[in-house]
Amino acid sequence: MAAQSATASCSGLRSALPLLAPAYLWLTVAIFLPLSAMVFFSFMTDLPLTGKPWAFTLGNYAAFFSQSLYLTLLLASLRLGLEVTLWCIVIGYPAAYVLAKVLKGRSREAIFLLVILPFWSNGLVRIFSWAMVLREGGILDTALNAVLPFKINIDLMYSYPAVIIGLVHSYVPYMVLTCYLTLQAIDDSLIEAGRSLGASRLQVLKRVIIPLSMPGLVAGAALIFVPVVGSFMEPRILGGRTGTFYGTVIEDQFVAVFNWPLGAALSFILLAVVLVILALASPVLRRAA
Amino acid sequence: MATTRILEGLGRLYIFLLLAFLYLPIIIMALMSFNVSPFYQLPFEWTTEWYASLWQNDQLIAATWNSLEIAIITTLISVVLGSAASLALYRYEFRGKKVLQALLFPPIAIPWLITGTAMLIFFFGVGIGRGLFAILLGHVALALPYVIVVVSARLQTFAPELEEAARSLGANQWQVTMRVTLPWIMSGVIAGGLFAFAVSFDQFVVSYFLSTPGQTTLPVEIYAAIRKGFTPEINAVSTIIIVVSMALMLLTARFFKFGGEK
Repeated sequence: MAAQSATASCSGLRSALPLLAPAYLWLTVAIFLPLSAMVFFSFMTDLPLTGKPWAFTLGNYAAFFSQSLYLTLLLASLRLGLEVTLWCIVIGYPAAYVLAKVLKGRSREAIFLLVILPFWSNGLVRIFSWAMVLREGGILDTALNAVLPFKINIDLMYSYPAVIIGLVHSYVPYMVLTCYLTLQAIDDSLIEAGRSLGASRLQVLKRVIIPLSMPGLVAGAALIFVPVVGSFMEPRILGGRTGTFYGTVIEDQFVAVFNWPLGAALSFILLAVVLVILALASPVLRRAA
Repeated sequence: MATTRILEGLGRLYIFLLLAFLYLPIIIMALMSFNVSPFYQLPFEWTTEWYASLWQNDQLIAATWNSLEIAIITTLISVVLGSAASLALYRYEFRGKKVLQALLFPPIAIPWLITGTAMLIFFFGVGIGRGLFAILLGHVALALPYVIVVVSARLQTFAPELEEAARSLGANQWQVTMRVTLPWIMSGVIAGGLFAFAVSFDQFVVSYFLSTPGQTTLPVEIYAAIRKGFTPEINAVSTIIIVVSMALMLLTARFFKFGGEK
């Protein structure tokens, strides 16, 4: 931030505008206006473009609150988000710790890159790859039957656990990344001081390491929870018939049922939930920044 | 201490298991794309038949070209617009700057399902409709915040005195930018461009809502194929995609330190 305040040329907004305008105009046209339009459409009975008569209505929101289906599905999606986030913490946090405090030098750099590399590769393809593993007669089934003396049938495909596994696989690198960043910033001498004052490993973990890495944990949790609540492709591919969630219902309104106003209302309710979650997480995140 | 060594050994083992969890499905998918059996049956028999048949699939090839074109145009536009915006945010102080910086986060943080459906409604409403142009509009908007964040991070390491020096030696604003500032932040600009390419090339959700049957991208085509049923052809094209996108990110890592250690 030092460089920023040192910037001598304070010619202000007028000089900045020509450089800023193209990018922010683009964002306005493709992100902010669409989000506003979505709110607008969610109060309509029909799209004005189809030529059919339309009127303002609260019916789309009434549908959400009167039919328990939507609320149930939203709760199911929130639960899915919570479960996936917890698994990502349980799996990702220890890995981040080992990366930050055990591994050193080149091997740390290489392994860190290997962990976050899949995150930046194609998410759809990674979800699809689990189908090869989880289906009956798939790799997991074949491998377990080759090892075990008795016959078992593993067919996790199209089940709730399959959706969880796929989503955890997709998002755990995020948790490793954010926790690693805060963990490696912890001074080793703090840990040594705690140990030399007689604290056990567990006490140091509970009193020093976890509190200091909390911002990374919260950031990771928010960054995972939010997209998982809005996921639809993962439950569709891995969940099959059991994979009906809030996100898949929104998808249906736009690509199958063509009830766009209802879809817009459902999307907006999801957006509101997401904003509340991000707002709850922001004090912890701001403390980190 | 013996306990420490044991714990460290367990830690290494744990990381190895995590890497296995992350990579095994992808490796298995890739292997199955070279397997003879169309029903993924073992024992494994080597073939490149599925890759050969990709060449006959005109729909997939057309979608691949669309994906590449859109990713390249997205990269060019978002790098130019994004770098310009980063420079402005770096150089000038003005009211509302914090707001503009904060506005970069909604496109990243809001789930693509919401952004994608909102774009569909709005583009339909204003007459842009669906198709490749709409997809391009959306992709640039998704890529811009990443470019601005990455280039701004690089600009933080730039000393403004260098610009001052060039100016006092008689260089005009354009010369200062092109000859002094841009070379310094080039690695950030390249990393931002690679991010933009990856965001666009791997983008599924937004493309999905904005595509029409004739005008579609590769991930959308693959999703449609997966929902019809699994075939080794999907494995083959998926393997190509994952190799391309991982290679891209390795390249990005050369220009951008993810770990923030330096």
